[in-house]
Amino acid sequence: MRRNKDTIISIALVAPSILAVSIFIYGFIFWSGRVSFSKWKGLLPDYTWAGFDNYLGLFHDPRFMIDIRNTVIFTVLFVSGSLVLGLMLAILLDQRLRAEGFFRSVFLFPMAISYIVTGVVWRWLMNPAMGSRMSGFNLLFKGLGLDALISKWYTTPKWGIAFIAVPAIWQMSGYIMAIYLSGLRAIPQQLREAAEVDGATELQIYFRVILPLLRPVTLSAMIILGHISLKVFDLILAVAGKQVALDVPAVYMWQTTFDGYFFGRGAAIGILLLLSVAVLVIPYLRYSLRTEEEL
Amino acid sequence: MKKGRARYWLYIPLCLVALFYLTPLYVMLVTGFKSFEEVNLQTMWSFPTNGLHFDNFIEAYTKLSPYLWNSLKMVIPAAIISSILGSLNGFVLAKWKFPGADIVFPLILFGMFIPYQSILIPLVEFMRSINLYGGIPGLILTHVIYGLPITTLTFRNYYATVPKELVEASCIDGADLLRTYWYILLPISIPSFVVVLIWQFTSAWNDFLFAVVLTNPQNWPVTVALNNMAGSQIIAWNVQMAGSFLAALPTLLIYIFLGRYFLRGLMAGALKG
Repeated sequence: MRRNKDTIISIALVAPSILAVSIFIYGFIFWSGRVSFSKWKGLLPDYTWAGFDNYLGLFHDPRFMIDIRNTVIFTVLFVSGSLVLGLMLAILLDQRLRAEGFFRSVFLFPMAISYIVTGVVWRWLMNPAMGSRMSGFNLLFKGLGLDALISKWYTTPKWGIAFIAVPAIWQMSGYIMAIYLSGLRAIPQQLREAAEVDGATELQIYFRVILPLLRPVTLSAMIILGHISLKVFDLILAVAGKQVALDVPAVYMWQTTFDGYFFGRGAAIGILLLLSVAVLVIPYLRYSLRTEEEL
Repeated sequence: MKKGRARYWLYIPLCLVALFYLTPLYVMLVTGFKSFEEVNLQTMWSFPTNGLHFDNFIEAYTKLSPYLWNSLKMVIPAAIISSILGSLNGFVLAKWKFPGADIVFPLILFGMFIPYQSILIPLVEFMRSINLYGGIPGLILTHVIYGLPITTLTFRNYYATVPKELVEASCIDGADLLRTYWYILLPISIPSFVVVLIWQFTSAWNDFLFAVVLTNPQNWPVTVALNNMAGSQIIAWNVQMAGSFLAALPTLLIYIFLGRYFLRGLMAGALKG
C-alpha cells in the first residue's frame, strides 16, 4: 500500500517539470517544425503549408552559404584551439606545482563572464584600425616589435570569422583544461610509475600512455565544444554587430525572424541548427548514459 | 621521486598564458579608471596617469542601475525555483525510479543541449498568449524551465551517490517519500544546492538571447542594456568599460568567493566529468 502511495507522490513531484519540459522543449520543437513548413512572413501567424520551400530557399540563399562556411571555419579553429590549449594547460597544472589553484582560477574566470561583456572588451582589443589610429593588440604588437602579427582581425576579408575564435578560445579553454585535469587526476599513479620503471621518458609517458587513456575525455570535450560552436550567438553579436561577413546561423535566425518577420525561414534555420546539434549530442548522450549504467 | 624536483621553467608558459587570460580584465579596469581626456587609442595599454576616476563607475552605474536591478530581480527567483525543482526531480529519478524514468531522464537531459533558436518562435508566441511577454516574470519562467535539465542532472548525480541503505532505513522507520526527502536527503544536499544555485545564477545573469527576445526595454536585464550601450557612439569608452565591469562583477565575485562550487557545476555539465 505505502509503496503505491510513494509512487503516486513521486510522480506528482516530477509531474510539473515533466509537463514543462514536454511543452517548452518537445512541444515547441514540434511547433517550430510546423512554422518551418509554413508561409508565415510578417507579424500575423500564417500556417499555410509551404512544404520544403523555406529549407530549399535557404540552400539557395548566399547569406546562408556564408553562414555555413563561417560555422565550419569557426568550429574547426575554436574546437582545435580550445582542445590544444586546454590540454596543454592541464598537463602543466598536473605537475603539482605550487600556486596550482591560482593558475586554475585565472584560466577559468572567463567562464563566469557573459559573452556580451567579453565582446565589448575584445572588440576594443581587436581594433582593426591601422596607422596613427592603431589600437588594441595591434598597438601592443607594434610596441613589442612583433609587426608581423599586426592584422585586420575580424575585418580581414573572407577570413574575419577566424579571429572570432580568439575570444571564444579565451573564454572556453579553461573549461577544457578543467575537464582534462580531472581526467588526468583519475589516471592511476601506478600506470605512470610502471612506464617509468620500463624506462619511458616523460614525453613518451604522455604520448604513449596518458593521451590514449584520455581519449574518452577528448571525445566529451569535442562534443561540448562542437555544440557550443554551432550555437555561437552572443559573442558574434557583441564583437561584430550584424555584419553579414561574420554571420552565423544563430544570428541569421534571430535577425530574419525578429527584425525581418520571416518567421517561416527563421524556424527553418532553428530546426537545421537543432538537427546539427542532435547529430552530435544524441550519440554522446546514449554513450554517456550507457557507460554510467555499466558502472 | 619526480614530484620533489623543482621545475621552475614550467612557470614560464603558465605565466605567459595567465597574462593572456588577464589582458581583457586589465584593459577593462585600466580604461574604466581613466578620465575622458585620457581615453586615447595610443595610450590604451598604459595606467591612468592623472588619478583614478571612480566617476566613470558612478556614471556607468547611473546608466545601468535599472538594468542591473532587473537582472537581479530576474536571476534570484529563477535560480531558486529551478534548483528546488531540480532537487525534487533528481531525488525521484535517483531513488524512486517510477515506471518510464529511464526514458524520461535522457529526454530531460537533451534539453540542456538544444539551440534555443529552435524553440524561440513558439516561446515568444506562447508568452504572448499567456500575457507574460515583455516582463520579468516571463523571463523568470523561461530560465526556470530551460534550467531544469542541468539542475535535475546535478541533483540526480549527487543523490545517486547516497547509499541506498540510508533511504531504506528511513522507510523501515515508517517515513514516506516526502519525509525521507525532507529529513534525510535535503539536509545533506546543501552543497549541491550551492553548486546549482551558483550555476543557475551565472547562466541566467549572463543570458542574452532570451532576454533580448522576451523583454521590453524597461525590463531589460543588464546584458541587453550593455550591448545597446556598447553599440552607441555617444557613450565614452571609459564609461563603457566601467559598465562592462559592473555587469561582470556579480558573477565574478561569486566566482572568486565560491569558485570551488562553480567548478563543480561546470563539471556536472560535462556529464561524465
